Amino acid sequence: MNKRTSGKNFTKYLILILISMIFLFPFLFLISTSLKSMDEAFSNSFHLIPQTIHWDNYIKAFQKIPFLTYTKNTVVITLINVIGQLIVCPMIAYGLSKIEWIGKKIIFGIILATMLIPYQVTMIPVYMIWNKLNLVGTIIPITLPAFFGNAFYIIILTQFFKTIPNSILEAAKIDGASEFRIYSKIVLPLCKPALATVAIFTFLNTWSDFLGPLLYLTEQKSWTLSIGLQQYMSAHYVEWTLLMAASAMFTIPIVILFFFAQKKFVEGIVTTGLKD
Amino acid sequence: MTLHLKHKKMKYSYKNNLKGLLFTSPWIIGFLVFSLYPICISLYYSFTNFNIFMSPEFIGFDNYADLFTDDLFYKSLTNTVYMAIFGTGISIIFSLISAMLLNMKVKGQSIFRTIFFLPSIVPVVASTLMWTWIYNPQYGILNKIMSFFGLPELNWLSNPALTKPSLVLMGVWSTGTMIIIFLAALQNVPIQLYEAAELDGAGAFQKFLHITLPSISPIMLYQIILGLIGNFQYFTQAYIITGANGGLNVASGGPENSILFYALYLFQNAFVYLKMGKASAMAWILFIIAGIITYLLIKTSKTWVDYGQGGDKNE
Repeated sequence: MNKRTSGKNFTKYLILILISMIFLFPFLFLISTSLKSMDEAFSNSFHLIPQTIHWDNYIKAFQKIPFLTYTKNTVVITLINVIGQLIVCPMIAYGLSKIEWIGKKIIFGIILATMLIPYQVTMIPVYMIWNKLNLVGTIIPITLPAFFGNAFYIIILTQFFKTIPNSILEAAKIDGASEFRIYSKIVLPLCKPALATVAIFTFLNTWSDFLGPLLYLTEQKSWTLSIGLQQYMSAHYVEWTLLMAASAMFTIPIVILFFFAQKKFVEGIVTTGLKD
Repeated sequence: MTLHLKHKKMKYSYKNNLKGLLFTSPWIIGFLVFSLYPICISLYYSFTNFNIFMSPEFIGFDNYADLFTDDLFYKSLTNTVYMAIFGTGISIIFSLISAMLLNMKVKGQSIFRTIFFLPSIVPVVASTLMWTWIYNPQYGILNKIMSFFGLPELNWLSNPALTKPSLVLMGVWSTGTMIIIFLAALQNVPIQLYEAAELDGAGAFQKFLHITLPSISPIMLYQIILGLIGNFQYFTQAYIITGANGGLNVASGGPENSILFYALYLFQNAFVYLKMGKASAMAWILFIIAGIITYLLIKTSKTWVDYGQGGDKNE
C-alpha cells in the first residue's frame, strides 16, 4: 500500500515538474538569446548559457528600437486607463448592487451580454466615430473609453459590493448621509481589495493591448511597446538578440507586478469565472 | 407573477430610480455610443460600399453575395473553425489535467501554480515574438531539441500543415487563466462526495466521471463559451507572424493562407483593401455565428450542466 502511494506520488511530481519545465523553458530561451552575440544566436551549436554574455544587447535595444519612447507612451496610456476604470467602475457597480431601482437587473444583464459581443462588430463603426472627430492618431480613442467602464471590472466590483452588509449603509442613511457620501466615505474604503484587482487587470490589459494601438496610433512617436516591437520585428526580422532583449524588458514589469500581487490576480480571475 | 412585479415596482421610488441612473450613467452612455450605435450602424454599413475616404453608398446584398463567392472568406472561416475546435478543445483538456494535478495534495502547490500561470500574463506581442524565434527552423530551440532526440526538424511556421498546430501549442502554453479557474472549481467540490464514492468502491476514473465532471460542469460551460468566442476573434498572433517575413506584404495570410483567420481577413478588408462595407458584412456574420454558438451551448447545456449538486452542498 505504502509503496503504491509513493510510486503514485513520484509520477505525480514527475509530471508536474515536466509540465513546469515546458512552461519555463521558453523564458530561459528568451533570456539566453537576449544575452548572446548575433553570431552565437545564429550558430548551429546551442548553449543555454551564452559563451560571452552581452548585456549591451539591452542598451542597444534602448537606442535602436527606441525603447524609452515606447515605454513612456505605454506608461501614460496605461495609467490613464487605470485611473478611468477606477473612477467609474465602482460607481457603476454601486448603482447595480446598493441602490434599489428599476434598471438594476436589466442593466446588469446587458453588461453580461456585452461580454459576448465580438470586438470586430463594433471595431469599424467606432473607428469611423474617431475618424470623424479627427482623433485617429491621438491617444484619445484608446484612453477615453476607460471612463465609461468595462464589463469585466464592473462585474468583479458588483460581486464584491454584494458582500458588504446593507445594515452599514442604512445606519448612515438614518444619520442623514447622502447616497454619494455613503458611496465615497463608506463603501469605497471598504472595497480597496477589489479596486486593487481592477487596477491590476486594467494595467495588464492596457500594457499588452495590440489592436487598439495598431488601429489608432498612426505616428511612430506615439507608439506603445506592443506596436513598436511588432513594427521593429517586421522591419528587422533578423535582429533576434535585440528583439528578445526588448521582449524581456517588455515583460519584466508585469512579472514584477504579478509577484507583488499574486493573490489579487487569482482572486480576480476566480471571481469572474466562478460566480454567475 | 404580475402581482409580484407590481409590488416590486412600487418599491422603486422616483428618487432611487434617479440615483441608480446617475450612478450607472457612465456605462449607459458608453454602451449607447460604443456598443449599441456601432452594432446598429454596422448592420447598415454591411449593405453599403464605403471606406474612410467615401461616405456609404447603399448596394443591397452585394457585400454578402461577394463574400459567399470569395474563396478567401471560406478559407478564413475554416481556419477559424479549426482554431475554435482544436485551440479551445486542447487548451481545456490540458488545463483541466494541469488543474487536477495541482489539486492533488502536492507539496509546493503554490510554486507550481505560479509557474503554470506565469506565461499567461506575458504580453501577446512579446510571447509571439518569442515563439516565432523558438519555431525558427534553423536556429530555434524546438528543432534543436527535435534533432537531439533524433526526430525530424520541421518548418513549424512555413509548412501550411503545421502552422495552425503550432499556434495551438502556443495557446496551450499561455492557458494559465483556465488552469486557475478549473483549480478553484475543483477546490469547491465537496470532499464528502468523494468519500461517499470511495465507500461505494468507485475507482479514480469513475470518481472523475460521476463526481468531478458534473460538479465543475457550469465552469466548463463558461470556459467553452469564452474559449470559442476568443478563438473566433483570433487575430494578434496571426497578424504578427504573417507580418514577420520582411513585413512587405501587409495582406498576407501566411503560407498558403493557412493562418488567414476570420478576424485577420476582416481587418485586411477594412484597413488594407478599404472595403469597409464588406468587412462590416463579415463582422455581422461573425456576430450571428457567435450568437448561435452561445445560444446552442446554453440551450444544450441543460442536459449536461449540473447546477444543483455543488450549490446545495455549499449553502
